[in-house]
Amino acid sequence: MNDLPKARIATASLAGCFGCHMALLDIDERLIELMKLVEFDRSPLTDIKRFTRRCDIGIIEGGCCNEENVHVLQDFRRNCDILVGIGQCAIMGGLPAMRNAIMHSDEPLRECLEEAYIRGPFTQNKTQIIPNDPALPLLLDKVYPCSEVVEIDYQIPGCAPTGDVIFEALAGLLSGRFQGFERAHIRFD
Amino acid sequence: MSGFSFQIDGVEVTAKNGQTIMEAADEAGIYIPRLCDHEGLRHQGGCRVCTVKAGGRSVAACTQPAAPDLVVENETPHINKLRRDLVGMLFNEGNHLCPICEASGNCELQAMAYRLGMTEPTKFPYLEPCRPVDASHPDIALDNNRCISCGRCVRASQDVDGKGVFGYVGRGIHRHIAANGPNLRHTDAEVTDFAISAEVCPVGCIIRKREGFARPIGERDYDDHLIGYDIEKKRDE
Repeated sequence: MNDLPKARIATASLAGCFGCHMALLDIDERLIELMKLVEFDRSPLTDIKRFTRRCDIGIIEGGCCNEENVHVLQDFRRNCDILVGIGQCAIMGGLPAMRNAIMHSDEPLRECLEEAYIRGPFTQNKTQIIPNDPALPLLLDKVYPCSEVVEIDYQIPGCAPTGDVIFEALAGLLSGRFQGFERAHIRFD
Repeated sequence: MSGFSFQIDGVEVTAKNGQTIMEAADEAGIYIPRLCDHEGLRHQGGCRVCTVKAGGRSVAACTQPAAPDLVVENETPHINKLRRDLVGMLFNEGNHLCPICEASGNCELQAMAYRLGMTEPTKFPYLEPCRPVDASHPDIALDNNRCISCGRCVRASQDVDGKGVFGYVGRGIHRHIAANGPNLRHTDAEVTDFAISAEVCPVGCIIRKREGFARPIGERDYDDHLIGYDIEKKRDE
C-alpha cells in the first residue's frame, strides 16, 4: 500500500471566502482514507506558496477578481493535470460577481469602490481615497468565473459543496472513474 | 370521451381526445421537464424545455396534441442534452446567483439544472444584465434580473386573477415582462393574487416581502426530491 506513489493535490482560494476549503474538512473521518492516497503540494493547508513539482489534481476555489487571481489560476493550469473548480464562485463568479451588475450604474466597479471607501454610511475613511497602492493587485473590470480564464476540467457545485459531494468527486477522480455526480447530490446553494 | 394510446419511451400511455402529450404523460406518471407550463394555466410552449421527439420531429410536449400510435422520445441522452443547454443558457442570460437568492431550494430553474445534471463548465459567457428591481409595492418586490420570461405570471394574472398586472413588452432579446403601470405599486396587484403566489413564479423574481427565509435552506421543495417527483410517484402507485 505504502509503495504506491501518492497523488499530489494543490489547492488555492482566489476570490472566495475559504468556505470551500473549510468544506473539505466535512469529509470527516474519510479524510484518513483520503490522506493514504494523496499528499498536498501548494495549498493554504500546507502553506507552500509555489509548486514544488507537477501535480495530479488542482482544486480552485473562487473566481478571478484581480490580476493576481488570474496569474495563480494560469499557474495552476500549467502545473496540474486535472483542474477542478470547487464552489459557485469558481463556477460562475458567486457572491463577488454581484459587483458586475449594480443597478443604475454604468461603471459598477467604480460604484462598488466608492460605496466601500467613500460614500457608504458606515465608512470611516478620513483620507477619502480609494486604496491604490502599487503593491495591491489590480482589480479586474468584473469578476470572472474560472472557466472564462482557463480551461476547467471538472466542477464541484455548491456553496459550499457538502463533504459527500467533495469526497464523491475526489474519490472518482483518484480512481479515474469519475462520471459526474448523483443527480440527488447536486446543489447550487 | 373516447381515448387512444400512444408510446412515450416505449411505455404505452392512454390519452383522451384533445389532450396534449404532456397532459397524457402527467396522468400516466411520466414526467416531461417544463418551466413555462404550470397546472391551472393555459399552455404557452415558450421555454421549449419540454421538447420531445414525436414521430421523429422536435415538438413542445405542452402544446402538441397526442395522437394515436404516436412514438414519443422523452428521456433520451440527446434530448436531455438539448434541455441542459437550454437551461444553461437561461442561467447565462439572467443573474442567477443561487447562494444569495431567497428562492434557492424552491426554484424550478435550479431544480431543473439539478435534474438535468448541469455541472459542466459553461460554454458561454454570462451576460450579467443590469435590470431594475421594483420594490415599490408594500408587500411584493420584483427582481427582474432573475426573470426567465416564462410568462406564468402573465397568464395567471390575466386568466385566473382577471387583472392583467403583467405583460410582455419589447421584441427579440429586449422582450421582457413588465408591470401594467409605472411600477408595481401603481397596479392593482395584491399579495393574495394567484400570480404572486409561490407556485407561479418558477424563480426568485416575484418576491413576497417578509417571507424570505422563513423556511430554511435544506428544508425546501427540491432539497429532498428531484423536480417531477410528484408526477413520477403516481407511476409507482
